[in-house]
Amino acid sequence: MMRRIRMPAGVIDALLGYAGTGYPEEVCGVLVGQEDDGVRHIARLAPVRNERNDERRRRYLIDANALRRIEADVAAEGLDVIGFYHSHPDHPAIPSAFDREHAWPWYSYVIVPVARGRAGPPRAWRLQDDRGAFIEETISVDS
Amino acid sequence: MTISIRIPAALRSYANGDGEVQVAAATVSDALRQLVDRYPSLLPHLFDASGELRNFVNAFVNEDDVRTLDGPATRVSAGDTITIVPSIAGGAGALSAEEVRRYSRHLIMPEVGMEGQRKLKEAKILLIGAGGLGSPLGLYLAAAGIGTIGIVDFDVVDETNLQRQVMHGTRDVGRRKIDSARDRLLDINPHIDIVGYETALTSANALDILAPWDVVIDGTDNFPTRYLVNDACVLLGKPNVYGSIFRFEGQLSVFWAEQGPCYRCLFREPPPPGLVPSCAEGGVLGVLPGIIGTLQALEGIKLVLGAGDAMIGRLLLFDALMMRFRELKLRKDPDCVICGANPTIRGLIDYDEFCGVPAFAAAGAADGDAVPAITVMELKQRLDRGDPLTLIDVREPHEWDIANLEEYGARLIPLGSLPARMNEIGSAEEVVLFCRTGGRSARALRQLRDAGFRRLWNLEGGLHAWSDAIDPSMPRY
Repeated sequence: MMRRIRMPAGVIDALLGYAGTGYPEEVCGVLVGQEDDGVRHIARLAPVRNERNDERRRRYLIDANALRRIEADVAAEGLDVIGFYHSHPDHPAIPSAFDREHAWPWYSYVIVPVARGRAGPPRAWRLQDDRGAFIEETISVDS
Repeated sequence: MTISIRIPAALRSYANGDGEVQVAAATVSDALRQLVDRYPSLLPHLFDASGELRNFVNAFVNEDDVRTLDGPATRVSAGDTITIVPSIAGGAGALSAEEVRRYSRHLIMPEVGMEGQRKLKEAKILLIGAGGLGSPLGLYLAAAGIGTIGIVDFDVVDETNLQRQVMHGTRDVGRRKIDSARDRLLDINPHIDIVGYETALTSANALDILAPWDVVIDGTDNFPTRYLVNDACVLLGKPNVYGSIFRFEGQLSVFWAEQGPCYRCLFREPPPPGLVPSCAEGGVLGVLPGIIGTLQALEGIKLVLGAGDAMIGRLLLFDALMMRFRELKLRKDPDCVICGANPTIRGLIDYDEFCGVPAFAAAGAADGDAVPAITVMELKQRLDRGDPLTLIDVREPHEWDIANLEEYGARLIPLGSLPARMNEIGSAEEVVLFCRTGGRSARALRQLRDAGFRRLWNLEGGLHAWSDAIDPSMPRY
């Protein structure tokens, strides 16, 4: 049974918008929301700057201090950092070996493919606890 | 002091679901120790095998990353908050969609696949020379997707190169070889980088030039450079893919001192100068460097992929006329002066001196050992005047067939047979020595001078100069 992750339509639109605008570079950010009964709800996105100085078309890095501040801020609202999003310019929305090497279990990783500037449907992934592979999660739209 | 530790959502399941934990500690390291004592399953996620905070884990004291403070020894005060923050990074695969299409014939092979193609893209291979061997090397390494190809060559494309140096074309004659190579290779594959070094490789620059590269492929045609490249690779610990050609024979091996023999283990000393003619002097069947250079590219690719058996400790011998490949086993020489158990060479030496090559450039003598020279104009004047000069041509018989000065009484004594045939020259005669461009005849002059001859002249520029200035109907070759 696939795990589910729910996002409001507005959040998905924003996600596609960021990804398309950032092309041909990778964009990245934080997924803010909460988990109830095994279902994750994304309330909003917290975009952050891609901290990489080089290879920005195929690599992203989130500043630790930025993440720390976001975590502190959303905790005050009773929300959590559920995961992260980034885009794959001219590449499918499938985690790469590099993604896998750097991923953490538990978090949802949402990837947006951007083919020649047009953002396509995002896909969500979670790293297995043994780090062996990613398992896909279904993204449903919250109306 | 009592301080708080905030645990990220990803690790809370290892901390009984707690997002924030109170401990009493004086330093960050102290506090984290207590945390993992309380929740032992957190240990592998926070610390590596040597007890250091894992690379992918950041710790903040309030708003400061502990790495900007005193690291784990950072002191904490009552009311401080330590926040554990995961490092978040990632990115697309190494290959773009276009590259995936381009390399599809590689990707569908299990021996290569995405993983292998990524290795090719991340590899950095340096080619010494963009000529006969360098051409197929560059072409096939670029096509295969080697991400960064370096080329060391200070030469300019000449028409006589085009018989074999297929990386260059007629329109490139007169251009620098690295420019011609860069254009050609980027046309084959725009997804790679080409780094050109327009310089001769010398003992002064070789270690610096070779240092950043993963694999060095020697495409040179002279012994001093072969020994220089070998020694530099041994000193830097780099694999050296060796290839050489001579008329109809080729050789191939991989010298990697950490795993097998080096060039000196096989060829302890260079041959005496003048014994082994270069391509210019001895000639070469154009397709032969194409074969050996392509095999060198193959070995380079195998080294990068870690596939198959590289030619380490093996020497491939190819006889193009008999169409036979043979293989010899090579052993590391335990007494090798550079890669053996007790090396005596620990730095680069003077390779021209080592190979006995007189220190003069192809353009002419530049040192104190200059040879007396006569220009083609002067020679023609003296011959027209009827001066009794002895003209000795030191080229090879087949060169004599192309063009010669027989009408002026010239005689052929090839350089290699000069020592045995010196007695054919009277010691009282005034002798003008010449060859195609003046290099070999300068060597011949020195040999005769050492043997006691006194009235010697080297024809400056050789028959090329004669063809340019005196007799344009004489073919230049």
